[in-house]
Amino acid sequence: MSTTAEKKAGFGSVLWDYLTTVDHKKIAILYLVAGLFFFILGGLQAMLIRIQLIAPDNEFISAQFYNEVLTMHGTTMIFLAAMPLIFALMNAVLPLQIGARDVAFPFINSLGFWLFFFGGIFLNVSWFAGGAPDVGWTAYAPLSLFSESHGVDYYAIGLQITGFGTLMGGINFIVTVVNMRAPGMTYMRMPLFTWTSFIASVLILFAFPALTVGLFLLTFDRLFGGNFFDPEMGGNVIIWEHLFWIFGHPEVYILILPAFGVFSEIIPTFSKKRLFGYSSMVFATILIAFLGFMVWAHHMFTVGLGPIANSIFAVATMAIAVPTGIKIFNWLFTMWGGNIRLTSPMVFALGFVPTFTIGGMTGVMLASAAADFQYHDTYFVVAHFHYVIVGGTVLGIFAGIIYWWPKMFGTMLNEKLNHWFFWLFFIGFHLTFFFQHFLGLMGMPRRYWKFLPDQGLDLFNLISTIGAFGMAIGTIIFLINVVMTQMKGEKVSGDPWDARTLEWAIPSPPPFYNFKQEPLVRGLDALWVEKMQGNGKIQPAEPLGDIHMPNRSFVPFVISLGLFIAGFGVMYQGAMWILAAIGFGITAGAMLYRSVKDDIGYHVHKEELEEEEGDGSNG
Amino acid sequence: MAEDVLKSGNLPENPERATLEGRNKFMGFWFFLGGETVLFASLFGTYLALRNSTVDGPTGQEIFGLGLVFLMTVILLTSSLTSVYAMYHMKNNDFKKMQLWLGITVLLGFAFLGLEIYEFVHYVNDYGFGFTTSAFSTAFYSLVGFHGAHVAFGLVWIISLMIRNHKRGLNLYNAPKFYIASLYWHFIDVVWVFIFTVVYLMGKVG
Ligand code: HEM
Ligand SMILES: [Cu+2]
Repeated sequence: MSTTAEKKAGFGSVLWDYLTTVDHKKIAILYLVAGLFFFILGGLQAMLIRIQLIAPDNEFISAQFYNEVLTMHGTTMIFLAAMPLIFALMNAVLPLQIGARDVAFPFINSLGFWLFFFGGIFLNVSWFAGGAPDVGWTAYAPLSLFSESHGVDYYAIGLQITGFGTLMGGINFIVTVVNMRAPGMTYMRMPLFTWTSFIASVLILFAFPALTVGLFLLTFDRLFGGNFFDPEMGGNVIIWEHLFWIFGHPEVYILILPAFGVFSEIIPTFSKKRLFGYSSMVFATILIAFLGFMVWAHHMFTVGLGPIANSIFAVATMAIAVPTGIKIFNWLFTMWGGNIRLTSPMVFALGFVPTFTIGGMTGVMLASAAADFQYHDTYFVVAHFHYVIVGGTVLGIFAGIIYWWPKMFGTMLNEKLNHWFFWLFFIGFHLTFFFQHFLGLMGMPRRYWKFLPDQGLDLFNLISTIGAFGMAIGTIIFLINVVMTQMKGEKVSGDPWDARTLEWAIPSPPPFYNFKQEPLVRGLDALWVEKMQGNGKIQPAEPLGDIHMPNRSFVPFVISLGLFIAGFGVMYQGAMWILAAIGFGITAGAMLYRSVKDDIGYHVHKEELEEEEGDGSNG
Repeated sequence: MAEDVLKSGNLPENPERATLEGRNKFMGFWFFLGGETVLFASLFGTYLALRNSTVDGPTGQEIFGLGLVFLMTVILLTSSLTSVYAMYHMKNNDFKKMQLWLGITVLLGFAFLGLEIYEFVHYVNDYGFGFTTSAFSTAFYSLVGFHGAHVAFGLVWIISLMIRNHKRGLNLYNAPKFYIASLYWHFIDVVWVFIFTVVYLMGKVG
């Protein structure tokens, strides 16, 4: 058990360090690397889709393979790319923003990561084991029951494992915010990224269990002869749709709220103004989350729930546009009259506002149930959700990565390349998806492998594919930027953006205990308050003393590995049941070990802290 | 200070919430139970949608025996009460009595689980009512079985806590663990009350 940060550089020791870390800053890096990996994978799948659709009647990939690629693209992007990248930002930033030394449950935090990771790997094993899932990311029954390969089983079990991880991550952040705030960090002084992450975590807590149940039912039906979705045995296929969307709609807000938070940090920083309408922003966030649970059936307008149900869900859905609109105006008013610096994160923010607004507008169009009979399952829906997810969530994630990169790694991504990345990605994005609105209105159904010539669909599909290449090139530039920046390794100060919130008050990257002395927060935008009214440094809330830190642990990895192994046993059954026994045995044994073995952490002693350079503040 | 949490004796009034770790566990577990509520709500919703989808299989009305289920209910409710006693003794720093009442809780839990297994075996053997018989049977076994699995997990949990700590007694480190295990036990109990009502009583009435 070591008390100071190890400085051994050997590959083995670094690997072991990351396999066993419970430090939220390192877990953030794990999420970032894994999330980017899956983002690239999902991106390659997207390119296959777009190349297949570059021309009518194309035979680039087979229909079966197209279905698999399409399904895996959606599933990967939502569960294995967007979610972990959001968790990367939350882990990197949230504890620092509230002045905490760590999260509430460092062990659970690491467990959450490893569950997500092994679930993601499990899902992707399907490519090599007879075919990936091929029924769309929504896996509607009864189609998902008829799919013959084990693909859908990989989907159900892989997402199940990943989902457990997400749930744990969510609980961890809720408790961190409630219990771990520094003195003076009242709720209404929390930075907006912390607020939106907090509310997104609450959404995770109440939405993911519905998916858990849905996936269990699907697994029971496919592997154990259950009858939930089999009409011949009295089952009802609509149950899946309800459970999936009771989870699925809150999920889209889980994806977007943290992105809202990112921009609510970036826009004030680079406008040199405090966020306009802070309390209305908080209020809007909570309202969106609340309403988000009451609109799921807008995905099911054409199922036949009847006019009354459709009307209620239509009105509830439209209502969400109100708090969303509040946010849009608050961002605009924050910029209004501000001292704007066009750094790359700010340019991302400027691109985000109109793009997301368009996505929200098409959302309201879709929300009118009668019209949705026309739009549903066409490219119009595809265009809508890419405007909100790519134009909102993905832009937010990348803006956040660029903005907090110095805090995470102590280096600064090259601004010029960042701008190139933005413009290629942004223009590519609009080329790809803007024209899909019209394809949808012209009647092109989503998820089809081919479209036919002479129906006026050729040109827009061609443009769409060209745009996709723009996005891909932009992303490649970002990756090159990352590699170049890290190879150069030029260090920057703790506060390179001249920012406002607490995380910028400590060195970049922060010491493993974050704050040498607990900070005293004296207002909203804690650091800015000190810059304006104090000496620019955060006041300590306590004298220098011992710091309590959690022990590293390999157990989360083992618990997750056990479930990974067990998944194969449950799926292949027969002689493979042995794998289930081994896997569940490993998991149960590791949990028991965790339960009975004392783990009370250790202390960094005052004397060691005194020896370290500086005063732990930004200096 | 870190080692102090392992000392027993002289504990504060609410030992489960005396340390930051304890408070975190306590609160985190409440939130976890919130998620569990959604989980069971989803299962209940599914069950309600399928409870009349018996196809050719038996209906609930035909097979449910209220006597047995009533006995199970009484046993589980009593076990909730005994776990309250255990926590009462925890707060009074009386480790022996806490273990005793936890032991009784565990015994009652086993009795409940035994009866549930008997019930299921009975349905399968005497009525041909298996997991795959109808949509209703699948939903029934999933909901009630999920609850049963929770009971089994809770038993393993409480027993391992009791064995792990039987020599060293109560301290600030293990008090939160005992406390949340008992919270979990209450939760299981509450879920059962709903199962008793929604599955069995409503099933019998038709
Ligand atoms: C003003 C806010 C919004 C409204 C009114 C809205 C409305 C809708 C409606 C009615 C649909 C169903 C269309 C159909 O299938 O026929 C839909 C689909 C979808 N929306 Fe939104 N939406 C909004 C914001 C968002 C946001 C913020 C996200 C994600 C960040 C999002 C992601 C999605 C996704 C992924 C789908 C398609 C799911 C699928 O079928 O695969 N939406 N939206
Ligand atoms: Cu929705």
